Amino acid sequence: MECSPLYRQAANMKKSLLDQGYLDEQFHQLEELQDDLSPNFVEEVVTLFFRDSARLIAGIDQALEKTPRDFQRLDGFIHQLKGSSSSIGAAKVKNECSAFQDHCNQGSTEGCLRSFKRVKREHAALRQKLENYLQVLRQVSPSPMKAAVRPK
Amino acid sequence: MSAIRGCKGEAAAELHVLAVDDSSVDRRLIERLLRASSYRVTTVDSGKRALELLGLGKENNTSSKGPKVNMIITDYCMPGMTGYDLLKVVKESSALREIPVVIVSSENEGAEDFLLKPLRPADVSRLRSRIGGSTS
Repeated sequence: MECSPLYRQAANMKKSLLDQGYLDEQFHQLEELQDDLSPNFVEEVVTLFFRDSARLIAGIDQALEKTPRDFQRLDGFIHQLKGSSSSIGAAKVKNECSAFQDHCNQGSTEGCLRSFKRVKREHAALRQKLENYLQVLRQVSPSPMKAAVRPK
Repeated sequence: MSAIRGCKGEAAAELHVLAVDDSSVDRRLIERLLRASSYRVTTVDSGKRALELLGLGKENNTSSKGPKVNMIITDYCMPGMTGYDLLKVVKESSALREIPVVIVSSENEGAEDFLLKPLRPADVSRLRSRIGGSTS
């Protein structure tokens, strides 16, 4: 099982995502929580994240179009997005959210617009990469995942 | 039954935890984490819903007896009623004030832990684990 090419592919994909900073240790914690009673835990949590984040991003887009900008409302949205990014280990998205928060706190519309573009870019990149990763994972037999992808 | 312990094998005393968080991701996480310790978990997405479940009606009077809850764990920063607001309502209610409440905060707020006064020895040993340089 552990020697199957798909299995190695999944492990490599995950290592790459961690090495490149798209994901951090928290994602590994999610995988540790996947077991026989919650065999699709990682996929469930990732799905919940992208459902919430799509809503929050749409909310931020709308709020950025309204003038004058309601920075408090914007901060509320980004706080939630940052929180759930942190919960799944989405490191790059989380960092861009922090940058956005700084601009929000300074009341800088220009800064907010620029950094939100980066938030959306990182979010889209992560979604694609996680979709690819989960696709491979689904094809791998359930049991070896925990043992395999644990970093040494 | 005054202390909350993960007691596997004590079927008659399954402990019920009410988890409150506006984030669906965090609700799923906490549900999974608490399940690992054999607690029965109910999750709700707001302080308002938590109070409804606990049997407190809109006027904060006990309108109906809610299901027995052995602990409330709540996010601090939520829209509408914060975790702290929820804490206050629970502690002001004669029916609910005995329920231990744990408040969870993201690093956004900067807090390491929230503890209730008066502090007890168990709290102090928790503090020990928070002091820098500790391994646990």
